[in-house]
Amino acid sequence: MMDILQILLSESFWAASLRIATPLIFGVLGALLCEKSGVLNLGIEGIFAAGAMCGWMAVWLGAGLWGGVLVAALAGAFFGLIHGILTVPLGLSQHVSGLGVTLFATSLSYFTYRTALPNVSSPPRIEPFRALDIPLLSDIPFLGPVVFQQTAMTMLALLMVLVVWYVLNRTALGVALQAVGDNPDSVDAQGLSVYGLRIGAVMAGSALMALGGAFLTMSAFDAFFFGMVNGRGWICIALVIFASWKPGKALLGALLFGAFDALQVRLQTEVGAMVPGQVFLMAPYVLSIIALVVAARKAEYPRALLTPWFKGQR
Amino acid sequence: MIRIEPRNAPGRLMTLGVPVLSAVIALALAAIPLALAGADITVAYGEMIKGVFGSVFAFSEMLTRATPLMFTGLAAALAFRAKLWNIGAEGQLYLGAMAAVAIGAGAVDIPGLFLIPLIIILGAAAGAAGMAVPALLKTRFGADEVVTTLLLNFIILIFVQMMLEGALKDPMGLGWPQSAPILDQGMLPQLMPRMRVHSGLILALVLAGIAQFMLARSVWGFRLRAVGENAAAARHAGIGVNRSLFGVAILSGGLAGLAGVSEVAGLKGYLTADLSPGFGYTGIVVAMLAGLSPVGVVISALFIASVFVGADSMSRAMGVSSYLADLVVSMSLICVLIGGFVARYRITRSKPAVGAT
Repeated sequence: MMDILQILLSESFWAASLRIATPLIFGVLGALLCEKSGVLNLGIEGIFAAGAMCGWMAVWLGAGLWGGVLVAALAGAFFGLIHGILTVPLGLSQHVSGLGVTLFATSLSYFTYRTALPNVSSPPRIEPFRALDIPLLSDIPFLGPVVFQQTAMTMLALLMVLVVWYVLNRTALGVALQAVGDNPDSVDAQGLSVYGLRIGAVMAGSALMALGGAFLTMSAFDAFFFGMVNGRGWICIALVIFASWKPGKALLGALLFGAFDALQVRLQTEVGAMVPGQVFLMAPYVLSIIALVVAARKAEYPRALLTPWFKGQR
Repeated sequence: MIRIEPRNAPGRLMTLGVPVLSAVIALALAAIPLALAGADITVAYGEMIKGVFGSVFAFSEMLTRATPLMFTGLAAALAFRAKLWNIGAEGQLYLGAMAAVAIGAGAVDIPGLFLIPLIIILGAAAGAAGMAVPALLKTRFGADEVVTTLLLNFIILIFVQMMLEGALKDPMGLGWPQSAPILDQGMLPQLMPRMRVHSGLILALVLAGIAQFMLARSVWGFRLRAVGENAAAARHAGIGVNRSLFGVAILSGGLAGLAGVSEVAGLKGYLTADLSPGFGYTGIVVAMLAGLSPVGVVISALFIASVFVGADSMSRAMGVSSYLADLVVSMSLICVLIGGFVARYRITRSKPAVGAT
């Protein structure tokens, strides 16, 4: 017991938690934006893969790290546009369209990677984002090492929590975006474009998801692997419900998740001999299902989630 | 002014034409990645066709590949008809396969006449149990089945790996994480000498026929369609919606479990953690391409299997990545979605009033 307490109080543990949480923060924020506007985006898993591949490939081709981040975001927005067109003006099943985008984005990324690098035995590496050491801020006790000695992408993820919260709650755009997910007729009555708002939200959300993927290849690791997304996108879809579509709670959910994951890695080294390693590997997915079941009953879904809206048709 | 208007019920030509046209367009679109990969396009398509129709063996390989896709396609088609989003066929497939080796690899040594049905029933039951959990979480707690079935896929696959290193590990397997082989008399009979195609295909065809009949003609099928089309109205009409959903969940999971049985007891003989290259997910494309019709599933499974087998063979001959097949499959899903829209709606251009000067 003492050991666990010691782990929980250590700076390195919380730094690891935030690091593990970073792709989830991007993903949950992205899914949140889409769903707030009324569109479920199951393309997330594939968009993660596309962001991971495109961002990495751009850096590998010499675009520079921030160039890679931009390329990843654009790739995400592109797949968001596909999902947006299929589900908003065409009003097709958001479930099936999202899965279609996941299959398309994943296979396109894999095919492109294989075509560009046909015969590599070990994946080529790039120089990834390095941990920062922000002067003054990183000297703050506890918070300094945990928050301010991360890579720039983790900083960006935390910044995005603030940006998404601010846009949703303090701007006219955010009010319209929330309204379009609750009552699109009212938005239309005000002369705003329901289609435009929804497609825009899905594209922006998908760009954020792709950054989650890009973090994997450009910050957490330095190369691209097939299957590296490994269900992180689906976990984000569960976490959005757990977070009741609130950016602050989304951060909290992702952090708790990261903390649990970091804890299991440390526990595994302690009790690894007694329990098969797979039990620990399963834990994040089991935890997501539990979080979903706990939150599902009282979840206040955006009222128009999954409901297509057609102009001039009530 | 461009308007989108719903059309009356799409005609027979549309219901058949849209999936066929979508498949053709997706195949044609494959020319773009093929060209970008630097392949000679006509040669590549020729290789793909040869890879499927070039010999009896090639064709039998396509049938072998189509068999699990028919099961997972049926699993998705039935569930989606009731708007139950079972995305967990991949996991349920592994549960079925695990049950098959657990009972078939020497746990009981009985004649094949009894062992084969036992393997089939237990495999289906394991798959059904795998879908019963998310169905209960949905009806009891309101937990979205899309997310739970997706996450369960990962949990089950890790569980399989754990079992293959533990209870199910083949003691004679030289340390590889694989199960002991299913007893010879427990294997599904081959259909042709020296070919891999097996009687799992017959089982899939029979089940597709039964599903087609039940869906169209039985009270059960009527209820299922009613729940899918309008759950609130169905509830109002006195249909037990949760019961219907649970029933279709069991059937859907069972069919996906049979995909695992068929792969392990018809083809591989033993279980490894890479038994399925995503048959569960591809089954969703198969079902959508089939317009959620069971007989349609048979045809679209044959098409998707041809794409996979043809692209594999082309890939070996020309050095183009075989991920091309996944790309074509995903594009055909997107095409059939758009095609379905075109069939259900029409875009009209209202003319400006004449003489309104």
